[in-house]
Amino acid sequence: MPRRFTPGSLAKERRKRTALKVGMYLFLFLVTLPLAIGYLWLVVGAFSKTLMYGFVPQGFTLQNWDFLWNPRLPGLDVDIWHMFLNTLYLALGVTITVVAVSTPMAYAISRMHFPGRTAILASTLILHAFPPITLLLALYYILHALGLLDNLLGVILVRAGLWVPFAVWVMKGFFDDIPWDIEMSALVDGATRLRTFWKIMLPLVRPGIGAIAVFAFIGGWTEFIFQITFVHNPKSWTLCSYIYAIIGSYRLTNYGLLAAASLFYMAPVLLFFIFTQRFLVRVTVGGMKGGS
Amino acid sequence: MVQSRRRQGGYFRVFLFLAPGLLLILLFFLAPAIITAVMGFTNMDYRFQWNFIGLGNYVRMLHDFLIPKIAVNTLIFTFGTLVIFSIFFALALALTTTSIGERSGLFFQALWLLPRYTPPVVYAVIWLWILSPTKGGLLNGLRDLMGLPPIPWILRYPLGVIIVTNGVIGTSMGMLIFSSAIKAIPRDYLWAARVDGASWFQEVRYIILPLIRWPLMFITAYQTLSYLTSYEYILLITGGGPFHASEVWSLYAYNLAFSSYGGTFEFGYGAALATVLIVVGALASLVYWRIFRLQKMMAPPKIEVL
Repeated sequence: MPRRFTPGSLAKERRKRTALKVGMYLFLFLVTLPLAIGYLWLVVGAFSKTLMYGFVPQGFTLQNWDFLWNPRLPGLDVDIWHMFLNTLYLALGVTITVVAVSTPMAYAISRMHFPGRTAILASTLILHAFPPITLLLALYYILHALGLLDNLLGVILVRAGLWVPFAVWVMKGFFDDIPWDIEMSALVDGATRLRTFWKIMLPLVRPGIGAIAVFAFIGGWTEFIFQITFVHNPKSWTLCSYIYAIIGSYRLTNYGLLAAASLFYMAPVLLFFIFTQRFLVRVTVGGMKGGS
Repeated sequence: MVQSRRRQGGYFRVFLFLAPGLLLILLFFLAPAIITAVMGFTNMDYRFQWNFIGLGNYVRMLHDFLIPKIAVNTLIFTFGTLVIFSIFFALALALTTTSIGERSGLFFQALWLLPRYTPPVVYAVIWLWILSPTKGGLLNGLRDLMGLPPIPWILRYPLGVIIVTNGVIGTSMGMLIFSSAIKAIPRDYLWAARVDGASWFQEVRYIILPLIRWPLMFITAYQTLSYLTSYEYILLITGGGPFHASEVWSLYAYNLAFSSYGGTFEFGYGAALATVLIVVGALASLVYWRIFRLQKMMAPPKIEVL
């Protein structure tokens, strides 16, 4: 029923809306607080001697950081920087493989006509929704057969392979957005398809390549399940394997060490996150567009 | 003639563009799916021998005394997390973050996105600290402050723990999808409702919810499948314990093969359990295909038509 406006009713309405907004902020603040405390603890715990009541810092110290020159795990003779480099190798390996493999594939799917195109596109979409973690046992068998167990290259290939459908889907979207007249004019001028791809199209989809590279890098850097299942030799450990081993061996009594090591491991992701926040929100949705 | 030669050269070129990607997908996606299904008919162990035993593993599944418990855990975990976090909480976050100022809305969204990009081990470390059975943990530290004795949270509420810890990560997906759907609603609808005197709750109930029906269904379908099969965080935080109290189907398959304390390498039986999930996953994917009419995104590219 339409209502009549009087100055009084408008003011009342405005007050109600303001109260509602305050309520929303309060709700968001309260539910987000525990999350923020969890991450804040990583920072506080890493630099404190002890935490009273589990969260009140007592005394500043750098002692928790001595894992940087002494791994503090019995029987482990690999130093932390070696594991850091392994982690970097894993992350870059995944990034390069994903970008190199899915960009041309997405281009072909977006711009070329060939039999089976729809089938390939459909299967990348279905695989995108399909949870790869159920395939772990068979992946173990395949890596065993290829002699790639206990080898970071095996983890790189598996991780990259599982990312390809997602990356192809995102890149296809970027290629689709480029007006085909641009490509047409290059072709009319006599450039080959390959040259057009390399010289004209690639520079235009640079934001897309950046997006899948960031995702692949974070995915590789934070890789957990394949790394701890396929790689046991400490020579190929990443920082993830290291923290996993501390959880197992200290039975979580040394929170200072755990917080410091976790912060060290997470720092690059945190930096990425702070600088690309808005972009991440956008692209996480963009990547999901496949289904929505 | 010229046309067909060009076509043939064209297909070779297409193949060059596609080959590396297809090879990776074939080797690490399709092959493992087939191998898992076949492996489910063997009693493979650490020696990796293909001894076919017919339906032996599936018969064993029917008699496995753990299976009923694990099936119930899986259902409680999947639908509990889905309803509480992926639907209700995600919707609450989406509605509030889109109603307040844009900057602060994005800020809260980014914070809720953080767990998704946190390394799983680090995420687990944070939770293991919060839930620690000693006074050194957050919850028991707070109880200590109030003079209460510590509670072994993971031992006492194993299913609650895995629902909350997975839900906090899962929330962000629904939140983002719902927010972008809400932002896409034409503002005039909401203004018109407001002029007619609708309260905020009426706006949500009669305008926003009906208009985001599809995203709601999509999240339900998508997240059901991902909770049904994900076990990384459960493995890290409870390991499935105590005494299988938080063990779900997919984790059971993993533990049979790789468990650090059992170490039984039961690949055959584990693969049979995984096959059940793969079949469910494949069926669910087909359902998406039908419901969400994905074919319309498969339109042939313009440039080759010319």
